[in-house]
Amino acid sequence: MSTNSQHISQQFEKELQDIRSLVLAMGGLIEQQVANAQKALLTGNNELARSVIALDEDVNALEVKIDEECIQIIALRQPTASDLRLVAGILKTITDLERIGDESVSIARMAMNLSEKDRPKKNYRELQSMGNHVLGMLHDALDAFARVDAEQAMKVAHEDRDVDAEYESIIRQLITYMMEDPRTVTKAIDMMWSARSLERIGDHASNICEHVIYLVEGKDVRHLSLEKMQEIVEGK
Amino acid sequence: MEATNSKYTTPARGIDIESLHRGPKLDMATETTCLEVNNFNLFYGNKQALFDINMKIAKNRVTAFIGPSGCGKSTLLRCFNRMNDLIDSVQLDGQMLLDGEDLNKPSVNVADLRRQVGMVFQKPNPFPKSIYENVAYGLRLQGVSDRSTLDKVIEKSLKGAALWDEVKDRLHDLAMGLSGGQQQRLVIARAIAIEPEVLLLDEPASALDPLSTLKIEELIYELKDKYTIVIVTHNMQQAARVSDYTAFMYMGELIEFGATDELFTNPAKKQTEDYITGRYG
Repeated sequence: MSTNSQHISQQFEKELQDIRSLVLAMGGLIEQQVANAQKALLTGNNELARSVIALDEDVNALEVKIDEECIQIIALRQPTASDLRLVAGILKTITDLERIGDESVSIARMAMNLSEKDRPKKNYRELQSMGNHVLGMLHDALDAFARVDAEQAMKVAHEDRDVDAEYESIIRQLITYMMEDPRTVTKAIDMMWSARSLERIGDHASNICEHVIYLVEGKDVRHLSLEKMQEIVEGK
Repeated sequence: MEATNSKYTTPARGIDIESLHRGPKLDMATETTCLEVNNFNLFYGNKQALFDINMKIAKNRVTAFIGPSGCGKSTLLRCFNRMNDLIDSVQLDGQMLLDGEDLNKPSVNVADLRRQVGMVFQKPNPFPKSIYENVAYGLRLQGVSDRSTLDKVIEKSLKGAALWDEVKDRLHDLAMGLSGGQQQRLVIARAIAIEPEVLLLDEPASALDPLSTLKIEELIYELKDKYTIVIVTHNMQQAARVSDYTAFMYMGELIEFGATDELFTNPAKKQTEDYITGRYG
């Protein structure tokens, strides 16, 4: 349950606002990282790939900073109910965000590997569609967090299935290439790793949605089927 | 237990994984009822202080009443051993049952009731007597005078109140010489010496320093094996730490009553949420 009324302690109110803003700032950086990593992969732009890797330091610093702030709030304010769930939800969300950052760094590295090789005719278009899908999920997950919207979070969680299906079809396609022409193996493996990273980013985005549902509804929906999650979100 | 058949049991680490799959730990439906309040109203003259309270207090559990000043939590607590009888203008309506017996019916002997339902107040109130005589007081009233019986009960009660080690060498010193925290534990020892069924604690730790507070909280935790405990407290973290169930009251009404871990992490009512998170209503 969320509440619109203000804390009696203005300072506490501000502290909670501040960590929320920090999480959103971190989310913004991560979105940029993923988008640029995908672009670097598709265009072979090494400059862009290096910028993704460089951004990781800022992301890590933000994670540590937000972590510290949350611990401070727990120690000094002993938050309860929705405040407690917000702080706990943030602590988990930033772990997922940081991992998304790591995955985009791997994609950037793969992009640099691939840029040295011949570009295929289709120019990795399969990865483009999956990447866009994952990027959309991440964006909507962060939006659900910003607007404390469990229903939107639920929608994003549903999309992970499609991403998984796309991932499988890419892998199947790559296996076919490798069987047809063993010279493509090195390239295909780099592409596989990239697809794998995108798939993981989708998973982390759905995790963030689970944290959002927890902080809104107070119900832990991890490890439940989508149908069960839906019931919990609707049954309020 | 079919421990050998269960793929979930890991005896080596002593963790019963299967228990993780069970629902919430506490469920009012499976508890034995000790005190029951039905459609209960209370008036001070023309002013109504409690509005249609309905609740069941579970046996051998700690139940905390929280709420802002003047919400009626102490008033309700004082009804359980009829302390409000002392106020002429008080009028009651509705039922209050102890083990299924109406405790307000005329045939109830109030002195007996208070023996069954002991009470400890905010400010420690030891009698101006020795430590020993303070704890012996209730027993002497009951006509117990045998020295060895008294010695035994006093030792047991002081141990029960986690005070024995601190006072065993000075049992005949004046109780007033003890620290505030010790005095409060002495008063609890005095209350449990006559083996009540219920212990009512009205802000038992609010006049104590943090360490004495922790000792009282630890004591409450130990005492619930033997007694049903109802505690009124302004300190929400304290309610969260010591109680199994929590009742949130506001302006004489019982707003929400449920398992403490649920109420403090995911309250059902907005008023509860606003109060425990420290917001304007």
